[in-house]
Amino acid sequence: MAQHFHRSMNTIAKVSIFGAVFIIGFGAWLLLEINRSSNVTNVGIALPQPVQFSHQHHVAGLGIECRYCHTSVEHSAFANVPPISTCMNCHQQIWFGAPMLEPVRASWKSGQALEWNRVHNLGDYVYFNHGVHVQKGIGCVSCHGRVDQMQLIYKDQPHTMEWCLSCHRNPAQHIRPRDQVFNMTWKPEDIGETQASLGARLVREYNIEPARKLTSCSTCHH
Amino acid sequence: MPESNAFEPSQSPTSRLPVIGPGHTYASINEKISAIVLFRGTTFGWLVGFGIAFMIFMMMLGSISYLLYKGVGVWGINNRVGWGFDIINFVWWIGIGHAGTLISAILLLLHQKWRTSINRFAEAMTLFAVACAGLFPVLHLGRPWYAYFLFPYPNTMGMYFPQFRSPLEWDVFAVSTYASVSLVFWYVGLIPDLATLRDRARGWFTKTVYGFFSLGWRGSARHWHRYESIYLLLAGLSTPLVLSVHTIVSFDFAVSIIPGWHATFFPPYFVAGAIYAGFAMVLTLAIPVRWVYGLEDFITDKHLENMGLITLVTGNMVGYAYIMELFYGWYSANEYEQFMVHNRVLGPYWALYVALIVCNIIAPQFLWSKRIRRNSWWLFTISMFVSVGMWLERYVIIVVSLHRTFLPSSWGTYAGTFWDWTLYIGTMGFFLTLLFLFIRLLPVISMSEMQMLLPGASGAPEKGAAKP
Repeated sequence: MAQHFHRSMNTIAKVSIFGAVFIIGFGAWLLLEINRSSNVTNVGIALPQPVQFSHQHHVAGLGIECRYCHTSVEHSAFANVPPISTCMNCHQQIWFGAPMLEPVRASWKSGQALEWNRVHNLGDYVYFNHGVHVQKGIGCVSCHGRVDQMQLIYKDQPHTMEWCLSCHRNPAQHIRPRDQVFNMTWKPEDIGETQASLGARLVREYNIEPARKLTSCSTCHH
Repeated sequence: MPESNAFEPSQSPTSRLPVIGPGHTYASINEKISAIVLFRGTTFGWLVGFGIAFMIFMMMLGSISYLLYKGVGVWGINNRVGWGFDIINFVWWIGIGHAGTLISAILLLLHQKWRTSINRFAEAMTLFAVACAGLFPVLHLGRPWYAYFLFPYPNTMGMYFPQFRSPLEWDVFAVSTYASVSLVFWYVGLIPDLATLRDRARGWFTKTVYGFFSLGWRGSARHWHRYESIYLLLAGLSTPLVLSVHTIVSFDFAVSIIPGWHATFFPPYFVAGAIYAGFAMVLTLAIPVRWVYGLEDFITDKHLENMGLITLVTGNMVGYAYIMELFYGWYSANEYEQFMVHNRVLGPYWALYVALIVCNIIAPQFLWSKRIRRNSWWLFTISMFVSVGMWLERYVIIVVSLHRTFLPSSWGTYAGTFWDWTLYIGTMGFFLTLLFLFIRLLPVISMSEMQMLLPGASGAPEKGAAKP
């Protein structure tokens, strides 16, 4: 009786078993990578906006401080997007005829709100509070990146729960003096310290809760 | 030689019946068993049975689709009875699976030769029952698409570990380990038989398929040596597994604080119940299979009798547990425990409790009689009673404990809805579909192990040879 399987099956069998280990391992790795890539988290992707608003121009170019527009960030849970009246404080006079600002003027005339696209959009089951982070010395840069260098706003950090918890488990790595929260360029070296020594001191000084409390469900998910 | 030779009757009282019919040779065993797969073809009877099973299976898929579309509210569960048919059926199916492992693993460790002809389809039954059982823990979730949250993996939520203090989390590991170990055990046992099918197959395709799955088995002494070692190791591994899996399932209840659930005897009681229900199911399947395929030489009356005996023993263990449940309820001097007992026997579900006693305690008592133990019709009827009774047992434990607990303001009732029943009956279709495919495509009895029962095989002394 003739041989049923060809001799090459010896090689194919060995390679397929050996290869399966790598294919499964690669698949698992790929899945984890995709979940953390900008395909899922939108990091680095600027959404289309009704007006091509440039933070770079307003912050770095003109030196406007964050709180001029995002007024409620220190005390409210929600850091507001400025109303049209804030825009019109300047743009009633400056670049009044610019075509780029047409949607802003239209909104001003009609009273219809400008529909910005939200870039940092958490699930509604996450109760993020801006005020407490600002009050406890977390700078804008830590979560939103160098907004002063962004022509169009995009996510600088993934804003996943894993990312939130990495700081809640060890806040000392990002904490800074309260008066430097809105400073885009601040470094601990500016005041002759390292983040490690400063962080540990500020965590004590600002009465930051221990990780056990900061990572409890009710902290963010109520 | 501790075991009695199958061909020498009246050596001991238990071996009065042979484990294999007389006059068989190596060839006739192969011939008879492989013919079911290779030469009998798809018969009309098989087709009808498979067709019916498949239609019921489709009903399961239909009710799952409706469940996913509408939500778990299509079931009869409510705020007080949050676990209904979903968990009853889960425990029922997982219990049925346990006899398969008991037959293949524990009886192997105990050198019980009579396990040989029933282990293959008992193991298949385990796998298919676990497949049915495994559906329920996922489907009974309100949001089944998040079931993967139960596995520890490096997720973007930064919560790599689920709550390892919950018995429901242990269930995930118990059932998935049980399913995979059972599959490996079953497959390892199949390899020599698949090689036999490969060698006997005529068609090119059949030869290729069985050749692929037999992994180049040549049956050399070295092969057999390692095969026996791994088989014994897997049996040693499966034995604690089967005990712990149903223990963990019982922890779902015993770990809670509900009167009627919080009981320390649950683990052994559940395991005994599982073996009880499982053996009843093996009997329910073995009796028709041996009748349809004429396997009376292999699944002899001795097998039926032994299975009947185990059913009787475990049935009485379950009966003991029922009595203890009533006893400790009274003995606890705790009003909630006493009320639990009162509610079992005299509450709105009293009829189920009576049916439970009839099915699980009274029905198996007939097995004390040898005449009934050796009569397949009687055995079949009794095992049907046990299957129903063990379902009622889980119904009573789960529903009757939940519907009246500590606060009278939280009392209520529960009844399965149309969709509860379609899913439950549908899983039976799923089970039977797999079983029909198994009977058609794989040898229902292990040929290689049956051959070892023949005189002269596996170093056993020939009949009439001088004993050492």
